[in-house]
Amino acid sequence: MSLGVILLIHNALDRVEQVARHWATHGVPVVIHADSRMPNSRYQMLIKGLSDLENIRFSARHKCEWGTWGLVAASQSAAEVMLQDFPAVRHVYLASGSCLPLRPVEELVQYLAERPNTDFIESATLADVPWTIGGLDHERFTLRFPFSWKRNRRLFDLCVDFQRRFRMHRQMPDGLIPHMGSQWWCLTRQTLTAILQDPRRGIYERFFRQVWIPDESYFQTLVRLYSRDIQSRSLTLSKFDFQGKPHIFYDDHLQLLRRSDCFVARKIWPYADRLYNAFLTPQPDALNRTEPNPGKIDRIFAKAVERRTQGRTGLYMQSRFPNPDWENGFTASEYSMFEGFSELFEDFESWLGRLTGARVHGHLFAPERVHYEGAVKVINGALSDSAALRDRNPRAFLTNMIWNTRGERQCFQVGPADHIQEVEWDIAKDPNAQICVITGAWAVPLFRSNLDFSEIRRTAAELQRRESRHLDVLRSPYAKARIHIWSLAEFVEAPMEPLQAIIGEIGQTDKRRLTEAPKMVNLTGFAQFLQNLKNQGMHPYLTGDFPNTLEEREKPRKPRKPYLVK
Amino acid sequence: MGAIQSYGLRLERKRWRYRAMRKSRELSPLVNRTAYIREADLLVFCTLRNEAKRLPYFLEYYRNLGINHFLFVDNDSTDGSADYLAEQPDSSVWRTNASYKRSRFGMDWINWLLMKYGNGHWCLTVDPDEFLIYPFCDTRPLRALTDWLDASSIKSFGAMLLDMYPKGPIGTQPYRAGQDPLEIAMWFDSGNYTIERNHKYGNLWIQGGPRARVFFPDEPYHAPALNKVPLVKWDDRYAYISSTHSLLPRGLNLIYDEWGGEKSSGVLLHTKFLDTFTHKAEEELQRGEHYAGSREYKMYAERGQVSPDLWCTWSEKYINWRQLEILGLMSKGNWA
Repeated sequence: MSLGVILLIHNALDRVEQVARHWATHGVPVVIHADSRMPNSRYQMLIKGLSDLENIRFSARHKCEWGTWGLVAASQSAAEVMLQDFPAVRHVYLASGSCLPLRPVEELVQYLAERPNTDFIESATLADVPWTIGGLDHERFTLRFPFSWKRNRRLFDLCVDFQRRFRMHRQMPDGLIPHMGSQWWCLTRQTLTAILQDPRRGIYERFFRQVWIPDESYFQTLVRLYSRDIQSRSLTLSKFDFQGKPHIFYDDHLQLLRRSDCFVARKIWPYADRLYNAFLTPQPDALNRTEPNPGKIDRIFAKAVERRTQGRTGLYMQSRFPNPDWENGFTASEYSMFEGFSELFEDFESWLGRLTGARVHGHLFAPERVHYEGAVKVINGALSDSAALRDRNPRAFLTNMIWNTRGERQCFQVGPADHIQEVEWDIAKDPNAQICVITGAWAVPLFRSNLDFSEIRRTAAELQRRESRHLDVLRSPYAKARIHIWSLAEFVEAPMEPLQAIIGEIGQTDKRRLTEAPKMVNLTGFAQFLQNLKNQGMHPYLTGDFPNTLEEREKPRKPRKPYLVK
Repeated sequence: MGAIQSYGLRLERKRWRYRAMRKSRELSPLVNRTAYIREADLLVFCTLRNEAKRLPYFLEYYRNLGINHFLFVDNDSTDGSADYLAEQPDSSVWRTNASYKRSRFGMDWINWLLMKYGNGHWCLTVDPDEFLIYPFCDTRPLRALTDWLDASSIKSFGAMLLDMYPKGPIGTQPYRAGQDPLEIAMWFDSGNYTIERNHKYGNLWIQGGPRARVFFPDEPYHAPALNKVPLVKWDDRYAYISSTHSLLPRGLNLIYDEWGGEKSSGVLLHTKFLDTFTHKAEEELQRGEHYAGSREYKMYAERGQVSPDLWCTWSEKYINWRQLEILGLMSKGNWA
């Protein structure tokens, strides 16, 4: 038999026994190293439980704390036992107590027999990989780490800072080039003995004892000195999350693990009965499998890391509540906000809906209630039309609405009387927003209303003040939305061009010219109405320069281009 | 946060703990099997009053998740709840007829039990009408979650309260003892929740759902809070502040990510709105033993809806945890 397995264990002894028995009964000698912190009584029980198998050995125990030299010392002494007691062993496989062989042992043995001189160890030069977590990469080798990162985090950090400040750097012995990689390797007898019997082993050891997480760099660095053929990958399937801690496999990963075609996986949850049963009993459907292919598992775990670090854009929930400006986007998808359009056109909302297929709401932020499309009382997500509920948290109202309707573009109307002040900055800064404004359009409903003129004058002044403040926000340099602003006069003169541009930007229709325009309200006498306001001392400057008489309006004038505020 | 503020919170925590010890005198053990609790057992803590009908399914549900021991406080039940619980081999029961309100809605009693028996255990504090849903709960037992939280050095797990309701007036379908309440109350609101941050304790304050939509549309500020941290690796220095909405030290309330990512979270399905609700609302209104002068129950009565219909056209029908995760009510976070 050409394969031997080293198991580094510290808990879940019944599983260790099960796995060790599996290897051993398939003719693979096993050397077990138990963490010295494990209670002796349980250790003795394990020894007793495995005493019927003559190809199992136990090596001298070391204290195995994460990130310390103990783990390397453990692998060294176990490897020495293995090489000495089992002279037939050609490849030594380092595994942990929570590793589980996924393929029949014979397949692994055969795979290795076909590659008799190959060392399987992930070993990458430090400079070229972004794996390290927490900002220590080359400093793992150049600084000293007398304190435990797990237990004395503060002392650890102080010590690192101290050495950085006083530039206390160490040199790699013999000009070794630091390499790093997964600590689960499979090395040939030749390479392993070369490392263990090297006359300079003591020098290297003294150096690596002070390195941080030496189990990821000791063998990975030294193997480069002796190996004839390195395959820089681990035969053990092991995925790490964004904090560098291994992902755990459960029963529901069974099919994924099966299809991965990897030889060994880590880390298995000790209570995952289905996995242990499935992989430690003979598998009938021995497929013709060759190279490990963990692509699907990779994707699933990469997605988990992305979810944990990026999250879903536009979602605010109990476990994702980003600080302002850390949202990765305020809203989940694109939407449009129209100001003044439904005042100027009689059928703007139905026209827009027909043309773009988008959902066109009325004034969502109206003071009295939320005007959803079709005047419904609730929409997606059971979002209510109560103005009080909306005003309790307008930001949440908007982000909820956009999140609930993702996949469908939302358009809504806004006017200067609406309760939008709390969200206008968020909308203006949101690249998902398209904002189209006809300034001064609030004058149209006033013009058509049946109010006393003094009342009209007062309302007009108030609306103009509010709209002017709102425009300041839209014109701010922080605004990131696609914002278009026209004055009423400009827009009335040549409405088709801006409408075409808006529809084009929403982009759900073909590129042909608009054939159908929304119906503009009758503005006969509007110029006089504005003049009356002026005569009363209230200059409606936001409407733009409205032609004084209708006849004048008919005269061709050079249209001004809409300007884009970005 | 300044040193003074931090010290203030420390004093507050001590005050809650002292209060819990004082209030513990109101509890008398009916049956105490806590000697059977082993190291690393998963525990449930629960205060109840007249819930005999709900208990069989409650116990079944949490036993299936892998809870090893239940610790109940029975607040003066008259329907035999306490006796039923006393017969259960994995339950310990304390009785009291003291005021629910003056024990801060049972929290003082629970804080004391947690302090005494919860130390070093993963402790789940729920009401009899709350059912914990967590990522992969259909394929992995609760211990898989707690082991993972332990491995990730996470000490508390958030699960927002999700109000479940039936279609049609509450109470049309009678609830039988032992029945899964989700067979009746299977609908929920998926996307009308608002969140604010509580800067003092660091927790989120979540409101919304059907109760805000139907009972509090005019004064949403008073709608019930839905944020909860029910699952905690307990340490005897900890204390719940107000229900399980928040606790001290405040680091335990940081169950959300502040930099755009998603942490793992679950949901507590709240099956309050069964046929038992109407009766309960009337009784609680009489007793006035509930939060903020039983405002919530007053609101129900005021709305004149003896059996209101919470259902609307956009109510979502419950399927499983994956649905809740897609809707954005909970997240797998980093757990895969």
